Amino acid sequence: MERYTEKIRERARDLLESGKVDVFIGYSKGSVPMMNRPALIREPREVNKLLWDNHCALNLCNYLTKRTEKIGIIANGCNSRNIVTHILENQIKREQLYIVGIPCEGMVDHRAVARAVGQRDILAVEGLGEEFLVKGKDFEERFTKQTFLQRNCVTCRHHNPVIYDEMIGEPVEEGELPNGYADVEAIEGMSSDKKWAFFAQLISRCIRCYACRNACPLCYCPTCFVDESKPQWVGKSSDPTDTMTFHLLRAYHCAGRCTDCGACERVCPVGISMRQFTRKLNKDGETFFSWEAGLTLEKRPPLDTYRPDDYNDFIK
Amino acid sequence: MLERTFTIKEWTEALKKLRSFYRVFAPFKEGDFHSFREFDGSGSPDFNFGNTRLSAKALIYPQSERMFDYTLDEKNPDVNLYKEAVKDLSPQAIVGIRPCDVKGFRLMKRNFDNEEYRDPWWVQRFESTILVGFGCNDPCPTCFCTSVGGGPFNEEGLDVIAYNLGERFVLRALTEKGEVFLAKAEGDTGPGEDERRKMEELKRSSVEKISSRVATDQLKLKEVNALFSAPFWEETAFSCINCGTCTFFCPTCWCFDIQDEVFGKEGDRLRNWDSCMFPLFTLHGSGHNPRENKVQRVRQRFMHKLKYYVDKYNDGVQCSGCGRCVRYCPVNIDIREVAEKMNSY
Repeated sequence: MERYTEKIRERARDLLESGKVDVFIGYSKGSVPMMNRPALIREPREVNKLLWDNHCALNLCNYLTKRTEKIGIIANGCNSRNIVTHILENQIKREQLYIVGIPCEGMVDHRAVARAVGQRDILAVEGLGEEFLVKGKDFEERFTKQTFLQRNCVTCRHHNPVIYDEMIGEPVEEGELPNGYADVEAIEGMSSDKKWAFFAQLISRCIRCYACRNACPLCYCPTCFVDESKPQWVGKSSDPTDTMTFHLLRAYHCAGRCTDCGACERVCPVGISMRQFTRKLNKDGETFFSWEAGLTLEKRPPLDTYRPDDYNDFIK
Repeated sequence: MLERTFTIKEWTEALKKLRSFYRVFAPFKEGDFHSFREFDGSGSPDFNFGNTRLSAKALIYPQSERMFDYTLDEKNPDVNLYKEAVKDLSPQAIVGIRPCDVKGFRLMKRNFDNEEYRDPWWVQRFESTILVGFGCNDPCPTCFCTSVGGGPFNEEGLDVIAYNLGERFVLRALTEKGEVFLAKAEGDTGPGEDERRKMEELKRSSVEKISSRVATDQLKLKEVNALFSAPFWEETAFSCINCGTCTFFCPTCWCFDIQDEVFGKEGDRLRNWDSCMFPLFTLHGSGHNPRENKVQRVRQRFMHKLKYYVDKYNDGVQCSGCGRCVRYCPVNIDIREVAEKMNSY
């Protein structure tokens, strides 16, 4: 997948030089292995900062909100679905965007890699197509990419962008997936008490840094409910009730909008699997509304629309 | 000063005994990383770690602290009176803290214990704490303590320093407090010649292993307004999502917010960690926010640590070089690069 790096640079250069875009948003290499840095490129001479590898898992749509320029942006499946959602929700205009589509082969779970080398310090991670090489001070280990994918990439059904101005590679095949919601079903099968205990345990390490919320392109409210002080909806201490309130409300605000891009989980500094909340909502979106977020500009999301001929009984 | 050696097993047993005198906090591996937890006598702390994910900051300066409680009940004679909330300020030992995190406390002292102000709870906790530091045999690739006046075996601020020699730990008291602690630990006597050689070797090799160098020597000389208006802030801040990871993980970030929480007629006054990355941090009652956008907030964080602090106290930067903000920033904003930009601007 590193083969796309050159093409991205080439396209970014052309787009900036021709004035088709004012800025180009992509990923650049971070100073820490597996931690790429989103970058805004203004000058054609800076395009060599851009790259595409196994660690481009932050959602770039997060950087589009309310921008006013003409923007070039690279988008894989999930990024493009968030761009669709952003357009539907009036956070950016389609005409402003030049979307360079990338067929995605999944991103590597940086925590799984750290685990696989026993939390030893990693100095470099190099992609080699199907495999990648992890280098430390006195070790070198090779891993197969497929077994180290981020969990959201394992269950991904939309590797290819759903909206783009040009593609820089042949679309990848969307394989048949086993039941992607087995874990959600396991939680659904729990008693209320067990569910509560499960979720309380899930977030017990939360330090309320809000990285999950802030890495999410859906969270663009000018003032988030947790930051409101008049009235104050939720306490700001580390009381578990307030922390749970934050997580539940954050998740519900994503209902019918979440593309399961995995940015929230990726950025959590204490490794909380908060996709457990949003995936239940995604599953319900599919079950009750035949809806997956961000696939089309032609339809409003189920929770911001009303149709008299809705097939659900409860609405009548 | 008193020296003692322990096998790992003996050390765990010693910590069990020390629990009669101190609340003992030590690193425990939980999932992917190590955290300081109070040792309840069961299980074993694990001293084979790079550093704990969060620093030991919260053990002296809790993320949320009940300062006072009060009642709004008119029938209660104490209505509307703030009463100091009950706190556990009994002696505690932080065992396994790294020298960089001890330095964090020294830097924080400037804020909580100075000629103008003495924060009663920070000071009492700090004074009732024994800092049993473990030198860093293998500093992380993101560490740069030696660039900010520290070092992997720096003894400043520690009560006891420990050398992890693999099979054995050697502990040496550095203060009277540490002497008392170590006397109570009742271990074997000090190290032999062979062990002493190993200790010296560890001290030397650990410094050599630090690969990050950050220049901060010019910061003091820079004109504050020039740095404030420097053109690199926009680019530096672009990827920032304004989460609190850097500030909450930082052993030197001391800012807090005070909140009242009332349930029925009973209320608490709480002090919570705050973060200059959050818009609410500077929001005025009028609705005006002097640091409305993220570029301003990112600039503030770095200017505070690397310029305002430097100018105000004339004692280096407000950073212990632990590297947590570098390692865990989800969008890879790297204080080492920013310091370099500021220093060479």
